[in-house]
Amino acid sequence: MFYRESGQLKSSYPADQAIFPIAQDRWFVIGVLAAAFLVIPFFLNQYWANAVLLPFLVYALAGLGLNILTGYCGQVSLGTGAFMAVGAYASFKFVGFFPELNFLIVLALSGVITAVVGMIFGLPSLRIKGFYLAVATLAAQFFLVWMFNKVGWFYDYNLTGMITVRPIDFFGIRITGPEATPAAKYLFTLTVVCVLALSAKNIVRGRIGREWMAIRDMDIAAELIGIRPLRAKLSAFAVSSFYIGVAGALYFAVYLGAVEPVEAFDINQSFYVLFIIIIGGLGSVLGAFLGAAFIVLVPILLKNIMVGGMGFDSGMAGHVEILLMGMLIIFFLIVEPHGLARLWQIAKEKLRLWPFPH
Amino acid sequence: MNLRKLTGVAVAAVLALPMFASGANAYELVIPTLDYRTGPYAPNGIPVANGFTDYLNMLNERDGGINGVKIKHVDCETGYNTKKGVECYEKVKNTPPSGALAIQPLSTGITYQLIPKAAVDEVPIFSMGYGRTSAANGKVFPWVFNFPATYWSQATALVQYIADQEGGFDGLKGKKIYLVYHNSAYGKEPIRTLEAMAEKFGYEFRGLPVDHPGQEQKATWLQIRKEKPDWVLMWGWGVMNQVAIKEAASIRYPMDHFIGVWWSGSENDVMPAGEAADGYLSGAFHAPGGGFPVHDDIRKHVYDKGLGKGDRDRIGEVLYNRGMVGAMWTTEAIRKAMEIHGTTEVIGKHVRDGFEALDVDEVRLEELGLGGFTYPVKITCENHEGPGKVAVQQWDAKAKQWNIVSKFYEPLRDVTGPLIEADSAAYAAENNVTPRDC
Repeated sequence: MFYRESGQLKSSYPADQAIFPIAQDRWFVIGVLAAAFLVIPFFLNQYWANAVLLPFLVYALAGLGLNILTGYCGQVSLGTGAFMAVGAYASFKFVGFFPELNFLIVLALSGVITAVVGMIFGLPSLRIKGFYLAVATLAAQFFLVWMFNKVGWFYDYNLTGMITVRPIDFFGIRITGPEATPAAKYLFTLTVVCVLALSAKNIVRGRIGREWMAIRDMDIAAELIGIRPLRAKLSAFAVSSFYIGVAGALYFAVYLGAVEPVEAFDINQSFYVLFIIIIGGLGSVLGAFLGAAFIVLVPILLKNIMVGGMGFDSGMAGHVEILLMGMLIIFFLIVEPHGLARLWQIAKEKLRLWPFPH
Repeated sequence: MNLRKLTGVAVAAVLALPMFASGANAYELVIPTLDYRTGPYAPNGIPVANGFTDYLNMLNERDGGINGVKIKHVDCETGYNTKKGVECYEKVKNTPPSGALAIQPLSTGITYQLIPKAAVDEVPIFSMGYGRTSAANGKVFPWVFNFPATYWSQATALVQYIADQEGGFDGLKGKKIYLVYHNSAYGKEPIRTLEAMAEKFGYEFRGLPVDHPGQEQKATWLQIRKEKPDWVLMWGWGVMNQVAIKEAASIRYPMDHFIGVWWSGSENDVMPAGEAADGYLSGAFHAPGGGFPVHDDIRKHVYDKGLGKGDRDRIGEVLYNRGMVGAMWTTEAIRKAMEIHGTTEVIGKHVRDGFEALDVDEVRLEELGLGGFTYPVKITCENHEGPGKVAVQQWDAKAKQWNIVSKFYEPLRDVTGPLIEADSAAYAAENNVTPRDC
């Protein structure tokens, strides 16, 4: 009744090709963004920023990056944790060398370095596919984390092998460390994530995105119609790694502030991001956000309900939380194997027909 | 898929959220702990958490809290995971009515996260014998306390013990001392000191890392079997300890030449290896066993009322006592803060002053029912490490108990002092901290 497109006539190509062709969708997204930028910062406290929204945004960005590679181009990667580490260590070294450099430039440079590393480890994708490629990227995971732990130069020869962020100002506003206000950290991260998400949406709708999808759906057929696998696959690795690198830099500098390589970037991190896109929806920009919301926020919600609301013992709640998360993941994957993004799409279609479904 | 049901669940969940915000009327002293009762570190995390909680409950039940003000203990499950630790910290730090009075991260990784936050949030960190060693320098780290001894002091104590067995420091020349360590900030902490002493005393040092969670150590112990070091030190935690002791037993490494850090010397660590673990050594800064008057009070006031966190017969295990002594020093600091500031309604800022003026001497220990349990601790503005003394305890597998077998070694301050100075100066430079005058 409220959600239908009848009467919304498009008279130009740009209008027809808009990201959100349906007016209700457009207004909804604008409304969400307006709330995220203009309302939430005023109600933000340390807990909501540092424990809830920052990890959500950072993981959404990492999920977006992996989705470009796995969801759109069909190349399975288990090296996400290591690529995030490359971004994090790159940003650490850049801030160390050039403390005056604008942090946006640091983020971009970290992304570029990660893109180069990603392309190098993406080279085997030209020969091997599927699970075998996953194993090849696993090599990146173990090698890079080992290297960051072993070579003192990366962590400035710190006694414990940890890297700690320096205080960074962005146009006079502190955005890292404990002195940064929650709103500053949140708004900075949100802006970066929104800009990158918008670009991702446009890349995957355009020529490059279509090349990736052609490779994903059938690489031999794609080759026959004139798509160069070398360029398509490596560009997917580059763009994906760029996103993951930026996510890693934000993860280190803005969200955590201090990391040690083995714990922060181990193989579990790679699986974590992979679960985000599998549950959120492969090949969907929205899916990365929904998946991150599910994987990052639901455990916190469950914990708060059990410990705060129902008075569970915290250890008990910890065990029940693991159990419930497992059950919820299985539940959602049975209900909709294509992820939460697909569920959202089905809901929209139902809404279109509502209240006369027949 | 029934969307209506799903919405119903979601709405119920959101409605349940504000329930945890209910407040209390009377003033209470909030002492949070970051525990881990899940994951690969749970075998060690559980007894520490139990000891800590039971002591606080005992004070509440026996004395009605500290100077008549009830203690509100808030725990939060971290699973020894840094990200969850950050979430927990943000959650507990503003707990009404007093806000967190002191935080015990119980993880070196989480401690590193929290050190810069402490000064801003005005919550003192009490990382008892772990965390950043150079935080012993109170001039640079006014909000962090790591008494009674740091990892570096402990490393020097263990080397002194080895020297005693080898007939003095000259006996160390040419000996091989290996370190099996958890490959994290925690495990790497002693390396610098051990290297510095290797130069000084002429032993050969080598570090063998074991990756999280520490279940896979075959290669490490194969190397030890091949290269036959004279002594093996271990900085392990959680499952890693049990596995290491079992592996050492399986290559027949002499247990009385294998010394763990004080986090690698509890009943949980040696029991799985059975008889083979007999003679295994570890560092200690307090006595094992449950025969002190304070334990009787815990049994009487907590367990008899059914308020105990753990099993009654596990009172007095090494890590249980560790948690308990941590709670003791924390509450003594709060008591001191009340005395200094002349109020019972203390906040984090006051408790920091309390920690800095902490003086738990033998008389006070006796009063607390802990006579002879540990050594006196006196904290000053510049020295947040306190005395830094460490003894060595040995496992008796037949009697199933730990016994302290050495004196309490004074740390070699000529080794650790310059290292602490250099590391804290580096921190100060990186974070624009101006060291305060003491």
